[in-house]
Amino acid sequence: MAYALQQLINGVTLGMIYGLIAVGYTMVYGIVGMINFAHGDVFMVGSFLSLIALLALSALGITSVPLALALTLVFAAAIAALYGWTVERVAYRPLRGSFRLAPLISAIGMSIVLQNFVQVSQGARVKPIEAIIPGGIHLMDQGGFAVQLSWMQMAIMAITLFILAIFTWLVTKTPLGRTMRACEQDLKMASLLGIDTDRTIGLTFVIGAALAAVAGFMFLLYYGVIDFYIGFIAGIKAFTAAVLGGIGSLPGAVLGGLLIGLIEVFWSAYFSVEYKDVAAFSILIVVLVFMPTGILGRAEVEKV
Amino acid sequence: MTALRDAFVSALVALGLFGPLVGLVAASGEHGLSLHVRPVATAVVVGLVFLGRLLIVSWRGRNRRPIAKTNRARTERLSRTGQYIAPVLLIAAVALPFTGSRYYIDLGTLVLTYIMLGWGLNIVVGLAGLLDLGYVAFYAVGAYSYALLATTFGLGFWTCLPLAGILAALWGVMLGFPVLRLRGDYLAIVTLAFGEIIRIVLINWVSLTNGPNGIGGIPRPTLFGLAFSMDGGPGTFGGFFHIEPAVIQRIDFLYYVILGLALLTNWVSLRLRRLPLGRAWEALREDEVACRSLGINVRNTKLTAFGIGALFGGFAGAFFATRQAFISPESFTFIESATVLAIVVLGGLGSQLGVALAAIVMVGGLEALRDGLSFLGDQMNSPIFAGIASELPLYRMLIFGLALVVMMVLRPRGLVSGRTPGVALTKPKAIGPDLVAEGRG
Repeated sequence: MAYALQQLINGVTLGMIYGLIAVGYTMVYGIVGMINFAHGDVFMVGSFLSLIALLALSALGITSVPLALALTLVFAAAIAALYGWTVERVAYRPLRGSFRLAPLISAIGMSIVLQNFVQVSQGARVKPIEAIIPGGIHLMDQGGFAVQLSWMQMAIMAITLFILAIFTWLVTKTPLGRTMRACEQDLKMASLLGIDTDRTIGLTFVIGAALAAVAGFMFLLYYGVIDFYIGFIAGIKAFTAAVLGGIGSLPGAVLGGLLIGLIEVFWSAYFSVEYKDVAAFSILIVVLVFMPTGILGRAEVEKV
Repeated sequence: MTALRDAFVSALVALGLFGPLVGLVAASGEHGLSLHVRPVATAVVVGLVFLGRLLIVSWRGRNRRPIAKTNRARTERLSRTGQYIAPVLLIAAVALPFTGSRYYIDLGTLVLTYIMLGWGLNIVVGLAGLLDLGYVAFYAVGAYSYALLATTFGLGFWTCLPLAGILAALWGVMLGFPVLRLRGDYLAIVTLAFGEIIRIVLINWVSLTNGPNGIGGIPRPTLFGLAFSMDGGPGTFGGFFHIEPAVIQRIDFLYYVILGLALLTNWVSLRLRRLPLGRAWEALREDEVACRSLGINVRNTKLTAFGIGALFGGFAGAFFATRQAFISPESFTFIESATVLAIVVLGGLGSQLGVALAAIVMVGGLEALRDGLSFLGDQMNSPIFAGIASELPLYRMLIFGLALVVMMVLRPRGLVSGRTPGVALTKPKAIGPDLVAEGRG
């Protein structure tokens, strides 16, 4: 019981990181209809930006932890947003309206570029950092097993919920969110009604990249070690989460992320760590067989 | 003036992008990570972006022209030239071993492996319109099937080749079953997940596959029972024909084996396209609903596409295993699937010649890049380049990724985009790519 509770806490923490990345995938898919393969690597870039910002701030002599974390978060999100915008501008915008597989290959190319760019510029070795927020609270003790909720996990949950609240407000209440939803429903009609679709799509990538950078920041804090390759696996799993939740659906992405995180953690805890990815992918396949549009996805009405 | 302002803005963006990641390096030192500053490298990169943008804008104008509609006459001209290119390529391929250069034969073998993979995947993606991001799984199944059968039961290459193909096809059908109802990108992610599952199982099932250490000592193929060993005994190639045994004989033989296998793939897929099955594939790609209403069995059509595509992947995998004599899960990563898919898309989806050309350009280009970069690194003895010369080979994949993006932006429909329909009422004519659907999954 206590063990399961601990796994639940760990799973939710991991799931929130996946959920944040998945939102970026699902948003882009909903509007442009393409898999943004470079998104996982933008997450990785965000993680590296956070690392560099933390190092720079400590070199500048800023010792207040909350201030340093806040500055890092803002810096990483801003620069990663610039990366997202540039990727869209360079690799996807020229291919708008082209046939379906061209942006996919271009995205795979961009993913290779980002991975190797970070490998070349920052080196291939793993980058470990010390725990920045140590400690936590004991929730309960049962049979010698202490359930612990660390401050880090609480911070991750709090930041995710805060960011998701801002994001929900942005999508549901602001003019930008309205144009985004309009583009998601019908890109051509939206442009006929005077919406600058290029700008909206660009902003979608900016927002998605910023969310991925927040996830990268939290990944760095939570695991304390990153390398240039983390974007690939995290990216596939987040995309799996987006598909599981029903691609195109924003709450679905978060739900899918939580599910993937929980599956992964519980499988590692009770069965085997080696096959945790197999478990996540197998469940994806099983869910899609019975619910081909994901959990919260809308069935596509086909008109002939 | 606009060009200058535009280039300036680009340089500013580049400064934002590259300032933190190129200019600041988190280097591991004795006391954990420390920050190094590299102002010169940043300035060089930003300067390059400035110049590049300035050149592009002044050459082409600020707004890029719309993607060119294909010119019908050009498509026909291309397909006519294609008729001459194909035989020339074939003759060149057959004649290649007579150059006697081991380097070119090895390169040719590598390119032909990718051509074969490309033609195999082309059946799934180009003909049937099913987006498969996990093709490397079948390549891996073929390779491991042969390696395990050969090292465990001592079976020869020619016995195992069909077995490896059949096993891979079986896996293809097994993957096909659950994903029959999925479309488009759902299919893409499931195939991608399947590829990853196979790789993870290969890494972790140590008792069977020897895990990350891989399988070594895989036997080489024989020519009707004649081995290519160096001792020149009576049962070997050299001994039978009374010639001096040499390594190059085996290399040549392997080259002709993959050439034969690739041509077999090409021949089978060309013939299949004329069968009702092949026509059903192409119809499926164009419109699944219409297919259903015309009574085509969509389930069987999709399963055969997956199965036959996987079959050739399995053949290629068995060849890969016998050529390398050593395989490990590292050879079967997503990047392989992506490369093969890029070859198919760049080749113009469905065009056999296009796939071959794309494989030559991409695989040959990658190898040329490897040699070029290491040559360049050797030339840079001057201390100014001290840091960069040793790192140059690392730039290979970076350039490869950029090339993928640039090629797609310039030619989104691939190198050879026109093709001749399999069925035509009157004389078949090459049609432009804008008339061909790409399938929805």
